[in-house]
Amino acid sequence: MKALLVCEQREGKLLDTSYELVAFAERLGAEVSLVLVGKEAQAPQVAGKLYLADVDKYGEYSPELHKHIVVAAVLKENPDYIIFPHSSYGWDLAPRVAATLRVGQVSEVVNIVDGKLEVSLCNGKLRRTVSPKGARAVLTVQAGAFNYAGQKSGAPQVEAIEISQGSSALQFVGYEPAEKKEVDLGRAEIIVSAGRGVGKKENVAVIADLAKAFGGELGASRPVVDAGWVGHSHQVGTTGQTVSPKLYVACGISGAIQHLAGMKKSDFIVAINKDKEAPISEAADVMVVADVLQLAPVLAEKLRAA
Amino acid sequence: MNILVCIKQVPDMESRFKVNGTGDWYDEADLAYRMNEYDEYAVEQAVQLKEQLGNQPEITVLSIGADRVGEALKKALAMGCDKAVQVQDNDSARKDPWQIANIIAAYAGDKDFDVIFTGMQSQDRGSAQVGVTVAELLGHNCASTLVGFEYADGVVTAKRELEGGVKSVVKVPVPALVTCQLGLNVPRYPTLPNIMKAKKKELQLVPVASLLKEEAATGTEKLYPPVKSGGGIVLEGDLGDVADRLLGILKEKTTVMK
Ligand SMILES: Cc1cc2nc3c(=O)[nH]c(=O)nc-3n(C[C@H](O)[C@H](O)[C@H](O)COP(=O)(O)OP(=O)(O)OC[C@H]3O[C@@H](n4cnc5c(N)ncnc54)[C@H](O)[C@@H]3O)c2cc1C
Ligand SMILES: Cc1cc2nc3c(=O)[nH]c(=O)nc-3n(C[C@H](O)[C@H](O)[C@H](O)COP(=O)(O)OP(=O)(O)OC[C@H]3O[C@@H](n4cnc5c(N)ncnc54)[C@H](O)[C@@H]3O)c2cc1C
Repeated sequence: MKALLVCEQREGKLLDTSYELVAFAERLGAEVSLVLVGKEAQAPQVAGKLYLADVDKYGEYSPELHKHIVVAAVLKENPDYIIFPHSSYGWDLAPRVAATLRVGQVSEVVNIVDGKLEVSLCNGKLRRTVSPKGARAVLTVQAGAFNYAGQKSGAPQVEAIEISQGSSALQFVGYEPAEKKEVDLGRAEIIVSAGRGVGKKENVAVIADLAKAFGGELGASRPVVDAGWVGHSHQVGTTGQTVSPKLYVACGISGAIQHLAGMKKSDFIVAINKDKEAPISEAADVMVVADVLQLAPVLAEKLRAA
Repeated sequence: MNILVCIKQVPDMESRFKVNGTGDWYDEADLAYRMNEYDEYAVEQAVQLKEQLGNQPEITVLSIGADRVGEALKKALAMGCDKAVQVQDNDSARKDPWQIANIIAAYAGDKDFDVIFTGMQSQDRGSAQVGVTVAELLGHNCASTLVGFEYADGVVTAKRELEGGVKSVVKVPVPALVTCQLGLNVPRYPTLPNIMKAKKKELQLVPVASLLKEEAATGTEKLYPPVKSGGGIVLEGDLGDVADRLLGILKEKTTVMK
């Protein structure tokens, strides 16, 4: 079985997800080749053939051109699987490649079970195994699901790749850096986070007070930030901060993968949720089944009395 | 200007999902349905674009599914879309993203939509495929994962969200398809007068067979709940009691409680 891995770089840096693809391909037992729109200096340090297209010529984000580059590599390699990270780069590019090749796509693979591709659905409450119907398929792989434990010391065999398509209809203007932080959650020993389950803006104060009683910082899930209840620097998750405090208390947070990715390395996790089956229960050391708006004041009072 | 918004109706994620008898689906009985959260941002952005252009553009909202999707379509009409299309399919949940995208592209093919809005992904399956695939099939320019949208003179200036809070800005000439990410805007609540008005708006029914010519490109083998890793302690019952037990555990198992 052969796999073509589509690596990603941003502003001159190879992203680590590229190595996660290598780990995934190893689990598949596939023979690996790679493709990257970047520079030779960023090449992933693994053995195998690397098709390299020059980022100066083909752009940081010009998906139509990147699509043709991946397709050109597919025509040379004839892989069974064309594999992307499930990232803002991968989920944007993969369907374009799949549609051009007219092959099926399985998104966000989390595991391989009895040789079958496993995906998650309904916010992690269910899993299913999916099979592509044709001989070839496009896959995207969930960030963090496959860890690369090997050495980063191999040297790929680089082959330059060029395409005839010259210009992109999309015009990449530039990057905007992440907002400056009001709170540095990365240094907090205790984080108490509010999720959509708190219901409304006024109730965030109840969770903030619990955070204070714990002597910790206030964190939040994304909907709480999107609604403007707290600033973005409080957001924990893939598009917020990644934290690993000694204690993380998730209040009214369901445990979506993008939130878990930002806090699952915490030393000790407490979840307070009225839904016993909420996916956060899988990550929690203690799952408290309760209405957090009722429990939080009781808990805060006991903490202060102690 | 002609605008299309695609919406999916999904089960409420707080439901209890039970695997069905044949092990390839979940029981649909007892589930409450709602508009896919990402699609609410898509509808709102379409309505804002219409308002920006002096209410000139017409917005069509489309959903593929059984009759229950009519509820989601009504909500979109009450938010400000002009007409609704239900592609009637009692088996839409079992179609793969390739087929869903082909149905939408077949519908849109001869209608000259200038801007098409979809969600970035669905809440139930979340393939993040349908929008981008539709754009490929139609040959429209496409940008995904938008947290910012501006339109002027035939060009969409899109702010795409990348990882870790970084964004990228890209100009997308029409005809364009954009996929909407959480937080793109603040979706409005339909007001009562607008809910009443929506009742008079057109709902067109299109049988799926007239649009779908493609076989599925992927299939489900088996559906099951995740294997429980176990380990976690579950506390429930009297609040005071639960709080005491929790604090006891934290004193024993962590170093942060002095
Ligand atoms: C590309 C991408 C990036 C993302 N990045 C992030 C990110 O960085 N961070 C992030 O958090 N999300 C992120 N998300 C969003 C993520 O998918 C979820 O939508 C989000 O995490 C859900 O937040 P939540 O758990 O607070 O809300 P919900 O999923 O709505 O869960 C609310 C929970 O509260 C519980 N509840 C309700 N009322 C009560 C009560 N009174 N007491 C106790 N419990 C109650 C419910 O049972 C439920 O479990 C991202 C999504 C995408 C697609
Ligand atoms: C439990 C379960 C089992 C399934 N089993 C199978 C199976 O056996 N075989 C199979 O092929 N598929 C199966 N599916 C369906 C499939 O995974 C998707 O739900 C469907 O193909 C659409 O893809 P998506 O939801 O991942 O869309 P995404 O690509 O994540 O959706 C992005 C956007 O596309 C638009 N969109 C998506 N669906 C619709 C719609 N119906 N109408 C209008 N716009 C829409 C919306 O704008 C949405 O925001 C199953 C789904 C579930 C939940």
